[in-house]
Amino acid sequence: MLLHHTFEHTAARLPHKRAISREGVATSYGDIAARVEGIAAALREAGVQRGERVALFLDNCVEMVAAIYAVLKIGAVFMPVNTLTKADKLAYILNDAEACALLTQQELAETARAALSASPSVRTCWMCTAYTQGRPDPGAPDPRERPFPPPAASGAASGDPPVLIDQDLAAIIYTSGSTGDAKGVMLTHLNMLTALRSVRSYLGLRESDVIVCALPLAFDYGLYQILMAFSLGATVQLERSFTFPIKVLERMVSERATVFPGVPTMFTLLTQIETLRDYDLSALRLITNTAAALSESQIKQIRALFPQATLYSMYGLTECKRVTYLPPEQLDIRPTSVGRGMPNEEVWLVDEAGNRLPNGSTGELVIRGSHVMRGYWRKPAQTAERLRPGPIPGEMVLYSGDLFRTDAEGWLYFVARKDDIIKTRGEKVSPREVENVLYGIDGVLEAAVIGVDDELLGQAVKAFVVRQPGSTLTEREVIKHCLAHIENFMAPKTVEFVDALPRTDTGKIKKTGLR
Amino acid sequence: MSDIRQTIRQYIDDNFLLGARDTAYADTDSLLDLHILDSTGVLELILFLEETWGVKVEDAEMVPENLDSVAAIADFVQRKRATAAA
Repeated sequence: MLLHHTFEHTAARLPHKRAISREGVATSYGDIAARVEGIAAALREAGVQRGERVALFLDNCVEMVAAIYAVLKIGAVFMPVNTLTKADKLAYILNDAEACALLTQQELAETARAALSASPSVRTCWMCTAYTQGRPDPGAPDPRERPFPPPAASGAASGDPPVLIDQDLAAIIYTSGSTGDAKGVMLTHLNMLTALRSVRSYLGLRESDVIVCALPLAFDYGLYQILMAFSLGATVQLERSFTFPIKVLERMVSERATVFPGVPTMFTLLTQIETLRDYDLSALRLITNTAAALSESQIKQIRALFPQATLYSMYGLTECKRVTYLPPEQLDIRPTSVGRGMPNEEVWLVDEAGNRLPNGSTGELVIRGSHVMRGYWRKPAQTAERLRPGPIPGEMVLYSGDLFRTDAEGWLYFVARKDDIIKTRGEKVSPREVENVLYGIDGVLEAAVIGVDDELLGQAVKAFVVRQPGSTLTEREVIKHCLAHIENFMAPKTVEFVDALPRTDTGKIKKTGLR
Repeated sequence: MSDIRQTIRQYIDDNFLLGARDTAYADTDSLLDLHILDSTGVLELILFLEETWGVKVEDAEMVPENLDSVAAIADFVQRKRATAAA
């Protein structure tokens, strides 16, 4: 079994069923299959080989969904890239992965073209113009660009299906690391199928579900909404973003949405809507949260506002997709717990020396299962930090880098990260990555970035900057520069100019005193 | 009217526009399509409208029809001010 077979079986079984509803436009499983066929044929014709990497730099749309399955179908590896990514980082990702192809859209062309010019490995770029609404292309196309492949009849992607096994890579998803360089998490077909099955089973998802996806498909939490729904033949209410929550709510009413996956910032935005009760969400039966923990007061609010729905608190890592979930009946007993391991997975805590700890301890969480990644793409040193030998000879287990405690019964509670990664609105931000950009600004002598508590974002990114003598750099200028170079959520919300940064005895910048 | 548009454009350029990215955008272009607005950006924009023009943006008004382009925002502010004055 390979990851895309889950979709192919559904498409053959339910060709007329609605797979996606996006801004009121419905697309059936049969329509998606035709799009997959068209893209797969184009990829094959362009010579994309088994195991080659294909970057998908597209908003949440049917073309993005079809591209995922098309890349898998021809035996290549898909790389979803967040559309907030800027040219420098996109070029870094394309080069790091040695991507051979890029699928993108005209709205992102300026960024994509700037990245392409620095990415010699990319042989072909397909440009989607389905959402331009007549807006002319203001830029100059790269010579490697081609129009986005149209849908095609079954069998268009001719030739023998590639001889893949479930140990082959299905995806590489880039994630922020404490060193500042994004790391490509390598996931096999088996990894993704295992995670898909475990999550789907404990949530009890059904073919009749209408699952809202307002999370980016480049984020594994968003991506799996599609993968799980498509494995069952459910419908996804695909949203471009959560920028206008009222619109999402209106469509949830008309679609009779049954499942709403969110992150804490989205729940804060929802609970702030005074007219929320005017929306008929009686069909909603499941609400899930991950990326960051909900506070007890948020849990209370969500349950009061959506008494018809069951709330799942969960915890995960891109490196293995999901780690734990709290069975809903435990929510009243231990509301701040993230639960315990999923079906077909073992988790435990270890001390600094790697010894397994009994219940009631605090230590690093270790994860064992077929969903654990194959490592970071071409980063053996960083892989070795995370993947270490497990109990069976030859087996590797995942060291999460996160500290947890267990209660007497073994339920898990998040304590802290072992590194200094910031979690803001559910996204991981590497302070080093932001600092690297800050050091690129004329007038910046020194910089340090930390996360500070924020009601809406969980943590907000804050920068401390020492200006060069005579520099008149302003907070706005600093933020603007960051917005041009890193994802919007990574840019500092505030910048404080200081005369000097605190130092350790060895002269390193000491962040513990900053706030 | 053009004053309002100009003020909004200035605010967007100062706060959201992606610095080195010098995309020219028309008053009627969708800010969402161009990846200029996101979920926290919208809240900041609303705060700016409320502080600058003393209007109160209701939950139900936080929709793309009112907020997704410079022209739409300007029209919206204009309408809100007219209602408030009436």
